[in-house]
Amino acid sequence: MAVIVHGVLLAAATATGHASAVDWGTFVVATAIVLSGAIGVVIARNPVHGALMLVMTLFGIAVLFVLQRDDFLAAVQVIVYAGAIVVLFLFVIMFLGVDREENVAAEPLRGQRPLAVALVALGVTGLLLLGEISKWTTGAPSVAGSTDSSTSNVAQLGTSVYTTYLFPFEITSALLVIAVVGAVALARRPPMADIGRVPDTEAEIADATPSDTDDSPEATDGASDGAEPETDVTQQPTDAHQEVMP
Amino acid sequence: MTAATTAINGNISGEWYLALAAVLFAIGAFGLLIRRNVLVMFMCVELMLNAANLTFVTFANMLHDIGGQVLVFFVLVVAAAEVVVGLGIVVAIFRRRASATADDFHLMKG
Repeated sequence: MAVIVHGVLLAAATATGHASAVDWGTFVVATAIVLSGAIGVVIARNPVHGALMLVMTLFGIAVLFVLQRDDFLAAVQVIVYAGAIVVLFLFVIMFLGVDREENVAAEPLRGQRPLAVALVALGVTGLLLLGEISKWTTGAPSVAGSTDSSTSNVAQLGTSVYTTYLFPFEITSALLVIAVVGAVALARRPPMADIGRVPDTEAEIADATPSDTDDSPEATDGASDGAEPETDVTQQPTDAHQEVMP
Repeated sequence: MTAATTAINGNISGEWYLALAAVLFAIGAFGLLIRRNVLVMFMCVELMLNAANLTFVTFANMLHDIGGQVLVFFVLVVAAAEVVVGLGIVVAIFRRRASATADDFHLMKG
């Protein structure tokens, strides 16, 4: 195995001339980590395993960032992606209890996989063709600053963010606030969510009953003004009160 | 490619990074199309976003333009916001119908 890797490295180094064996070794190892992690995400039957494979891919991408002298984004990649986003994924997986094994081989929609392969192949081919036959770059001069000055990567990035891209940077704060408010609004259980909805089962009625007793009297009055089936639900707590009262 | 794009990216030419990013994007798109678990589909979206990030960083080094790295910074922010709201929607749907499979989400009414 080591001999093979060494041979590949030597061949690659001689093929490209100036690249050092250390760079190529890092690149090959990081590529293997990234690709195996990505394939693992796609074929993992258990979502938890998929999330851990995603961490592997993100770490490999961070290694590739370091290899391109992009230190700050590599650190951010590990902290934000592997540290926050994947933990959020795992949190939701555990919270929902969907960490069951899924039968990946089952194919409910016939012809979906060949169609997916064809679509992806078409997209990648179109991308490569566009890269070959058309002009990608506009030739416009950079307004954000150069990457190869003597200052550090963090200083360059910070200068660019706080001067050229100051307004988009401010907009991201609004975006994050909107995301937080949206997440809270989605995750919050509305207090009177069952108004106007017919209780499906006896279990739901039984679930709704104790929460109604916790509500204030005005809330139960408002609920009794609702749809007809709701009166069955709201009458139960009043009956319970009458039983308790004497 | 122009003369500016032949700059070294850590001694490895940028085309290798671009090819890797293309393969990673293809894997992510394929997974997004074939998987049914909504959480796994989100992870595949993250794979595609990371492929785009790798492309941005590579072009930033090839064209000597720090703007590509700034753009990666913004993509990270958008990805974080997207994951937060998306997982909130998944949790909200899961509360109504105890399933995280995309095939079951065929009613906007819930």
